[in-house]
Amino acid sequence: MGAKMVDYSGWDMPVEYPCSGGLVQEHLKVRTGVGLFDVSHMGDIRVSGPQALAAIQHISMNDASKLAIGQAQYSAMLYPKGTFVDDIIVHKMADDDFLIVINAGTRDKDVNWVTENCAGFDCKVENLSDNFTQIAIQGPKGAATMAKLTDTDLAAVKPYWFTHGTVCGLTGTLIARTGYTGEDGFEIYIPAEEAISAKVWNALMDAGAEFGIAACGLGSRNTLRLEAKLPLYGHEISDEINVWEACLGRWCKPEKGDFIGRDALLAAQAAGLQKVLVGLEMRERGIARDGYKVFDDAGAEIGYVTSGSPGPFIKKNIALAYVPTSHAALGGAVKVEVRAQRWVAEVVATPFYKKPKL
Amino acid sequence: MAYPSDFQYTKEHEWIKMEGNVATVGITDYAQSSLGDIVFVELPAVGAELTAGATFGSVESVKAVSDLFAPATGTVTAINDDLTHAPEKLNSDAHGSWLLKMDLKGAPTGLLTAAEYEAFLAEEGH
Repeated sequence: MGAKMVDYSGWDMPVEYPCSGGLVQEHLKVRTGVGLFDVSHMGDIRVSGPQALAAIQHISMNDASKLAIGQAQYSAMLYPKGTFVDDIIVHKMADDDFLIVINAGTRDKDVNWVTENCAGFDCKVENLSDNFTQIAIQGPKGAATMAKLTDTDLAAVKPYWFTHGTVCGLTGTLIARTGYTGEDGFEIYIPAEEAISAKVWNALMDAGAEFGIAACGLGSRNTLRLEAKLPLYGHEISDEINVWEACLGRWCKPEKGDFIGRDALLAAQAAGLQKVLVGLEMRERGIARDGYKVFDDAGAEIGYVTSGSPGPFIKKNIALAYVPTSHAALGGAVKVEVRAQRWVAEVVATPFYKKPKL
Repeated sequence: MAYPSDFQYTKEHEWIKMEGNVATVGITDYAQSSLGDIVFVELPAVGAELTAGATFGSVESVKAVSDLFAPATGTVTAINDDLTHAPEKLNSDAHGSWLLKMDLKGAPTGLLTAAEYEAFLAEEGH
């Protein structure tokens, strides 16, 4: 495709596709039409067996007992100190069968973590990461694009639900209404054979042609998820950041009973937060980037940017940053150091972008 | 993309066009293409002294920041204000969108001809 490639966690990945018009065009296509992402770098772990649910409950912070078959949930695996092993999506395939989708950069660590911590349960842990090619079809025209290639009733698949159907003649394909862009869309899991992957990719590109479909790379995937305030491992979440700091408490269910990290999280909650993730909008000309330092008015260093970039759809220079809770109030001003100059940024409500309600 | 033969080039992907003691400086088409959508250009003030090989500003795209390196030593006599409001012009016409003009101090060395620059890009696998 003539994509610009980059090494990402050992994967040779496209950053952007000049044939799509580059990062900004890709980003806008996903917000207004449809975009296609090869996200095969994501890993997949299957946990199955009589005690699969108990094992999943033990290793993840959300309450998997609430899931119906065919339903998925955002969750995370935590260290005993309440910080992140990884954020994950848990899919309930059957009462005794779960599929966990994990990040590329943490794959080996995650597989080992799941294997070790499920060892005490009567269940089987399988690393299926190399079995699947994962393709994300994202944007308001994602469903219309998919509908041309499947007989599955896509309207019946609500956000964070999934089904199995025939896609491009491939029977039993996992079709999930999930994504990482802040838009409606689907992620499909097909056999990881190059010829099959290429055939499905090309069929999707053809199906989406009437909507101006764009092949999208890691660059727009990052700006899309940033506008939607979706966390990225190694940036907003890590083994140094806990659930409350990352503002992901909505997906953490201590009331479900014990799980790894629970005690530390309850203690941290009782002790009170020191720092918290906030959204920033640059009020002056500088653009905040990952790792830039944040200062208060008096010139004291108070935090750091986890992700920062121009937001191509919202047309503002935005960032996510950890700052002391004393500086987290909306409307407050901080300064971000951009190559030796400090520019004013305002703490703003997040997500920066919310998809319009239909 | 053809690289104009009346320009000279650096391995950091700047171009320089010299007319007597006056030089015009920009970034190459390869540079704009690698950066992608350019959103911000930071240039020195008129009167600033540039030293060959030293950074004199930056170009920022949606995905990355890139330093600019002076292709020659001298004094800045003009900057292209257009780029402050329309940095995307660097994407559409990198060789026609100059960054600054300078009075040269001595003859610059180590610059590449268009053919040498194209060979350099090919060598680097671009």
